[in-house]
Amino acid sequence: MSESTTKQQAAVQTTGHAWDGDLQEFNNPLPRWWLWSFYVTAVIAVIYWFIYPSWPVGRGWLEGFATITYQVDGKAEESRWNTRAKLLHDLTESHAAQRQREFMGKVAEADFSTISNDPDMLAFIRSVGKGLFGDNCAACHGRGGQGVVGLYPNLADDDWLWGGSLENIQNVITNGRQGFMPAFKETFDPQQLDDVAEYVLSLSGEAPDSIAVERGKALFQGFGGGCYYCHGMDGKGLPSQGAANLTDKIWTIADVDGQKTLEEKKAVVKKLIFNGVQNMRKMPTWKGRLSPTEIKVLAVYVHQLGGGQ
Amino acid sequence: MRHENIEVNSGLMILLILTVISIGGLVEVVPLFYLNDTIEKVDGVRPYTPLELRGRDIYVREGCYLCHSQQIRPFRDEWLRYGHYSLAAESQYDHPFQWGSKRTGPDLARVGKKYSNEWHVQHLVAPRSVVPQSIMPNYPWLLERDLDFSDITERLKALRKTGVPYSLTEEEYKANVAAYGKEMADWLDINQAQDSLFAQARNDYDGLPNRITEMEALVAYLQVLGTMVDFSQYDEGYFVEFR
Ligand code: HEC
Ligand code: HEC
Repeated sequence: MSESTTKQQAAVQTTGHAWDGDLQEFNNPLPRWWLWSFYVTAVIAVIYWFIYPSWPVGRGWLEGFATITYQVDGKAEESRWNTRAKLLHDLTESHAAQRQREFMGKVAEADFSTISNDPDMLAFIRSVGKGLFGDNCAACHGRGGQGVVGLYPNLADDDWLWGGSLENIQNVITNGRQGFMPAFKETFDPQQLDDVAEYVLSLSGEAPDSIAVERGKALFQGFGGGCYYCHGMDGKGLPSQGAANLTDKIWTIADVDGQKTLEEKKAVVKKLIFNGVQNMRKMPTWKGRLSPTEIKVLAVYVHQLGGGQ
Repeated sequence: MRHENIEVNSGLMILLILTVISIGGLVEVVPLFYLNDTIEKVDGVRPYTPLELRGRDIYVREGCYLCHSQQIRPFRDEWLRYGHYSLAAESQYDHPFQWGSKRTGPDLARVGKKYSNEWHVQHLVAPRSVVPQSIMPNYPWLLERDLDFSDITERLKALRKTGVPYSLTEEEYKANVAAYGKEMADWLDINQAQDSLFAQARNDYDGLPNRITEMEALVAYLQVLGTMVDFSQYDEGYFVEFR
């Protein structure tokens, strides 16, 4: 054993037992400050028992003396402190909640034109709307509302299935939608299918005029296909049916932009007309999950993403 | 007692360690079993149907709980993001519960009806095809494998033993009719377990009308999470009274 350890040993007690002949263990006292901090925490624990809910007693428990206030439907209530009452307090009386409620109240009362002209409200909506959109909508429509071609529509462009006015957007979010187009596999023979697809592509300038286009037009606008019924005579779509505008160059369901040649483009359009759109384009209903004011915030937020009309 | 006596006697040491560390657990857990107000009195909470139950088993098998909690805590930020905090009543028939303790992904306690079935199927097969930044693994086999429901009756019977009200006798069935209505009581009847599984699978959660895949069960389960209690029926002060 070295000299220094021997000296230390003289100053500090050991636990008294020796292992393997000479291996001993010091029994250093804990530092004073540490020990006292420990006692203080123990005392604080006892104080806590009196303030907050703590020990179980019989079929109930010690509720503690602390009380807390909160509001239910605008009515003030008071109860013993517990986490649920604390939450209601935070939701109704905390500083952040009150500030937010003040703005939410304004948004709830204002009509759309007032909101659109009030920079303060718009700034509020951009910040709250971003959070709401991220939590509820981004999973389908993407963080920036860009959507997924074929599945979830782009909300940042100015092409709308169900209409791009604030009221239309609000209505879609509130009630949800089920995108639908019947399948034409029984209606058209292969030649007719080809002609209609050619016509649809010609509407946005993807296919040149030809006899096939003329034949397709007759089917589209006549009783043979009856496509005009939802997409309109001019193919500009019908928001009340969620029918797409076929004359702009924006493709929400058939991935025409992703194809290079006319033949490939025609193939995806034909496939869509053949199968229709069924059970794959569901926009959930948000009333019930989100409050009317939250939906209003989202409508303005989506409208502001770029393409509101 | 001197240190040495304990330190050289490992049997005694183990016993004393177990005693000391179990005190904390016992004090926190045991009273919950007999306190009057642990489980809130609310309408609507029912056991999982056979299809949902198999979905839950797959959820456990795949380890979804390692990244997803199912417990919304009573904090303002969670309330704003996920909705109403979870009630004890909502997991009373969960054995074992899926509260979880880690949130690599979002909480799923109220994910039911939030998204469409099609979204769930696509997201589970290839999460990055809908959420480009996602770090959730792909689960393509859920759509490939047919659901094994050969032991569904045994599974329901086992849960019944723990107190979950699946009905086996006429009397239990009648009680379920009174509590949940006839249609749901049929689905919770052990004697009709397979039929009810087939009936519910007709809703076609997986988009494959002619097959019952593991995906079918998992999506059916996800779509019911957090939807059983109608919170508009209660004023918020009501839930405070239970704590
Ligand atoms: C489960 C996926 C999903 C979620 C989540 C979702 N949507 Fe949609 N949404 C869709 C689909 C699919 C459509 C297209 C329906 C159709 O084809 O007619 C759509 C359509 C829309 C439209 C109409 C677009 C148009 O061109 O007219 C708006 C607006 C919209 N969603 C907003 C939202 C908002 C806001 C949220 C969040 C509260 C949201 N969506 C959440 C799937 C979703
Ligand atoms: C490695 C961790 C991890 C595992 C394991 C995992 N997830 Fe996820 N999950 C995530 C992340 C991260 C997200 C958020 C990004 C996204 O939406 O993909 C997520 C999102 C989700 C969502 C969408 C939630 C919402 O509100 O937007 C659902 C539903 C989901 N996961 C279900 C599952 C299921 C079911 C399983 C098991 C089969 C599973 N997850 C396994 C990490 C994981």
